[in-house]
Order: sequence, then C-alpha cells, then structure tokens
Amino acid sequence: MNSQNKQLTGVNPFVPQPARIVRTYYLTEDVKFFQVRIVDMEKALSFEYLPGQFAMISVLGAGEAPFCLSSTPSRPGLLEFCIRKAGAVTSALFRMKENDLIGLRGPYGNGFPIERMHNKDILIIVGGLGVAPLRSVLLYCLDNRDQFRRVFLLHGAKRPAEMIFREEFLALKEREDLECHLTVDDDDTGTWTEKIGVVTTLFPLLEEIDPANTFGLVCGPPVMYKFVIKELVNLNIPKDQILMTLERRMKCGVGKCGHCAIDYIYTCLDGPVFTYWDVIHMRELI
Amino acid sequence: MRIIKLKKDNLFPFLEVISEEADLWAPVKKGDKHVFKVVDDFSQIEMNSTRTILPPRKIFLPPTFDMFSVSEEGYKEDFSHITKKILFGIHPCDIHGLLILDNFYKQAYLDPYYLEARKNTLILGLSCWPDEYCFAKSTNTHIIEEGFDLFFTYLKDFFLVWIGSSQGDDLVRLKPELFDEKLTDKDIQTYLNWQAERDKAYKWDLNFTAMPDLMELKYGDPLWEKLGDTCLACGSCTNVCPTCGCYNIMDKQFLGGKDGKIMRHWDACTLEEYSEVAGGENFRKKRSDRLKLWYTHKLQAFISKYGKPSCVGCGRCIVACPVDINVRTVGKALLGEEEDAFWIRLNKEVTK
Repeated sequence: MNSQNKQLTGVNPFVPQPARIVRTYYLTEDVKFFQVRIVDMEKALSFEYLPGQFAMISVLGAGEAPFCLSSTPSRPGLLEFCIRKAGAVTSALFRMKENDLIGLRGPYGNGFPIERMHNKDILIIVGGLGVAPLRSVLLYCLDNRDQFRRVFLLHGAKRPAEMIFREEFLALKEREDLECHLTVDDDDTGTWTEKIGVVTTLFPLLEEIDPANTFGLVCGPPVMYKFVIKELVNLNIPKDQILMTLERRMKCGVGKCGHCAIDYIYTCLDGPVFTYWDVIHMRELI
Repeated sequence: MRIIKLKKDNLFPFLEVISEEADLWAPVKKGDKHVFKVVDDFSQIEMNSTRTILPPRKIFLPPTFDMFSVSEEGYKEDFSHITKKILFGIHPCDIHGLLILDNFYKQAYLDPYYLEARKNTLILGLSCWPDEYCFAKSTNTHIIEEGFDLFFTYLKDFFLVWIGSSQGDDLVRLKPELFDEKLTDKDIQTYLNWQAERDKAYKWDLNFTAMPDLMELKYGDPLWEKLGDTCLACGSCTNVCPTCGCYNIMDKQFLGGKDGKIMRHWDACTLEEYSEVAGGENFRKKRSDRLKLWYTHKLQAFISKYGKPSCVGCGRCIVACPVDINVRTVGKALLGEEEDAFWIRLNKEVTK
C-alpha cells in the first residue's frame, strides 16, 4: 500500500534556479564571458557569495558543471563567469544566446578567507584562465580598497590575443592604488607594450615585499603552480598565506556525489580554495 | 529500552497486521543468494539469510531515480519514488551502515531524497549468524543499540524484541496480545547463551585500529600497484558496499528539447571516468590510485572524521570481487599478514 507523497518544504540543494543570460561575448578564441541574472529578483539580490566561491550551471540535455564566479559580491545582482569550451556543458553554453535560460545554484565552496586578508598586502598571480576566480577577488579588493594594504596583480598569457580581460587590465594600470604587471610569453602582434616572458619573470618587479603580511593568490594552468609557488616561498610568504583554487569534477557541489573527493576532503566543501600548506598534505591536490 | 518476547508462531500474524500500513520489504531467496524485496507471502521471507546481494541503501536511494523535472515553467522536485515502507530482516551491520549514511547525508547540506526516504521507512532489525565472510565483530557492528524501530533476536522458538522508538512501540500496540511483556530467567539465559555462541562463530578478524596509520605509512607501497594491475575496475565492490553513496547525474531530455528530467544514478570511484574533468584530464587514471581512494575512504578517512571506519564488516566486497580485492585481503596485506588471494597468486605466477 503506497501512501501519498509529501513535497518537502525545506530547501532542496539539488534543484537549480532559472537564470537568464544577460550578456555573452567572446573574450578570446575559446573563452566566453557570461553575465547572468537569476530570474527571481528577490533571489538574485539575496545571492550572497565570497570571491573564490563557485556555482553549478546546468543546461538541460548537456548536464551540470561547476564554474567559479568571476564577478565580485560588491556589485550584486549580476553574476559573471569566464568559461572555456572544454566539455559537454560548456559547448552547450557556447551555443546559447542572450536572453536564454540556464539553471544555476550556489554559491558553494569556501571562497577566499577575506577576513584573514584584511589589512594585508594582496599579491595576485594569474595565468591564462586562472583569471576567472581571481578577477573576483581583485575587483573585490579594489571596491573595498581601504580594507587592504598594497594590491599587486601579475598576469601572464601566452599571446596578447589570449589575455582574458586584456582591455580591463590595461585600463587598471592607470590606477595609483594597484601595482599591475602584465606579460605575454610571445608577442605575435608586434604591438604589445607590456612585458614579454613567463609570469615568473615579473617577480623582480615586486619591491619591498613584507612577506609576513602578504597573501599570495595563485590560479593558472597546472604547470604554473610549481614555479610560482617556488617564487612565493623564496619571498618568505608563509605557506598558509599562499592560496590557490583548484578544479575537480563535481556533480553536486554540496559534498554528496563524491566526485571531487581527495583523501578525506571534498573540494566542493573544503575547497576550492586551498593553502599551500594543505597542498603539501593532500597528495593528490595538484 | 524495553525488551519483550514474541513467540515464533506469532511473527507472521504480526507482520500481517503491520504490512497493512506500508510495503513490507524483507530478505528473500534469489538463486543461492538473498535480496531485499517487497513480500506479500511471508513464507518467502528468509529468516536465516546471510548478506543480501545489494545493501539496504538501494531502498533509500535506488540505483536510479528522478530528482526533479525541468520545463518551461521551471524546476519541480520529484519525490514520487518515496513510499511508506517497513524494512524487516535487516541485520545489525546493515543498520550500522544506515547510521553511517545518516551521518553523511546530514553533513553540511541535507540530502532531502535520502532523509525523506529514511523518514518514511521503519526499520525492523533481525539477528543473524556469521558465515565465513562476516567480520562485523572486528568493526564492532555485530551488535546494535540504536537506529531501529524494533529489533528481533531469533532464539529458536521465540524472538526477543527490542523496542527502539515510539513508532516501534506503536507497531507493537497494533496487536499487543501477540507479545509477552514478561521474560523468564530461562529466556534471559537462552539469550546470553545464544550471544556467547554467536560471538564465537566469527571465523576471522581484522585489526581496524591499525588501519589509518597503515594507510598513511604504506601510501607509496608497491602493494597498490599490484592491486591496480589485478583490479578489473568493474565497480562491484562499490555497488555492494552498504556505505558507498557516490552518484552521477544524467539528463533525460524529451522531444522538443524544452522538457526533461534530471536523474540520479549510482556511480563508483573505481570506474575510470569518475575523476575525469572537462577536456579529458583525469586525476585518477590509474586503477591503483582509484583503489587507494576507495580504501582511504573505508579504512582511514571516516575513522579520522567520525571515529569509526566506514566498513561494517558485512563481507559483501569479499563475495563480490572477482579477483579477491576486498577489505579482508587488502587489510591483511597492509598488516603484512599472509593471505591466499587471487591477486597475490597471480602476481607470484607472473613474476615466476
């Protein structure tokens, strides 16, 4: 004998919110920018998050995947993502147009320890698509400039055309309160006015670093971590002040599906932001 | 906790009364094994069953079910697979398995699908007798003190019945005349004798206290490569484990493309595509790495997080693995004890 089923009254963490693509355009050949607004206005405005957190985005038929937020919580209402076409979900997203609906839920993950970072120097080191999560924390620092001491940005890309948010960062160079250094591995245009070389060649430009009071934030392709972390450790920045955000496959974002498990931690709950100290102790992290 | 007595002949009349309230699931024979199934004919119930092929979690989180539907109107959660159930004949180790899952599905975010199914299922446990694979005594899951509504200890011609919850008490009250409130000294002695005999019946044990350290100390041990070389990556150990809960999501898109259902189905960390990310990068391409994750979860991670292993000693992985990779052989190998397992013989013969 079957009884009548009750609908649950609580919040179901697996069910997304309908969200609308407000703007989308190509940032580079294979990276697209998405500006998204949750359809329910109240929910759109109450969507509170930290830089470094991520959201699950779904497209019916293609599936669901985690994407870190590139926008800053200091500018509420619209959520921004930089997405590279890599798999089923991203391919479906690339086919979508402005005004199309997607599913969105979140925010998830730990995010950057903003409170610990208050009144400290913030050194952001970005390679390629690593800009996606770090743009959020950079804009957050600039919007709340008095909460942080010096802010540095070291940004490396392969070629000028592949520097994501190139114009935005070139414009930021004008700011007095940001020490912004941009570089490309190789200038195929002959018009690049900034540095040439891998991102670690920018380190000598950093002057009078106060390592005990500096947070180093790193995100980029796997090959970058080894060299950048070496530089940060050489600068004597404490291992638990070297922060990085990592990527894993996720199916739930809320610590249930198991896909992002590493040793005994879940990237979706305990990450995606980890310290270098964590990385030393989690053998599979990078 | 109140303990009462039920004559053996009174069991079916009692099940008759309570199964009017909900579907009665119980272990029945399937070939020479057992499975949990809805029963109408109580004589099918296997009172002396060993482990069922699939663990009872299949009743709470079925191998596949729809989580919610998608349409132009938005998203609608789907709990239609959840019905009122009574689960009779679940052994202590499997109840411990559910307690571990309870803990897990209540961590951080609540899993409404599991918790709603759990709320709609009454647990009527049943004592069991170990066979050559059981090692619940090593995991201390051969006895159970919580997590059931009623628990039946089967003592030849009667049951001692533990009442573990007010719902359990309500069930008894449906037909109180079937039960004896008074236990004689002889009944108690019968129970004590049974317990002593049962405890002696466990044929082997494993020192779980040593496991977290050994997992750490032997992380780079060649043992894992040997295991990886033999493992078939079939996922059987995961499917039969009462404490595994990993899943994947699949979209069912209907014609027209605008409507569909989102389905959740069992997954296994031992499968190759499990840790693959977009673009084809795989963090655990090697079978040895995937096995290491599985055993880290069972023998190390849960112990440091919850103080007990996420193994309940049911022996299902021992029965299921075609190449003898299971908690027994891996545990013994970590301890450095000799064990006659297919993967050890295979490696010896290959090296020859």
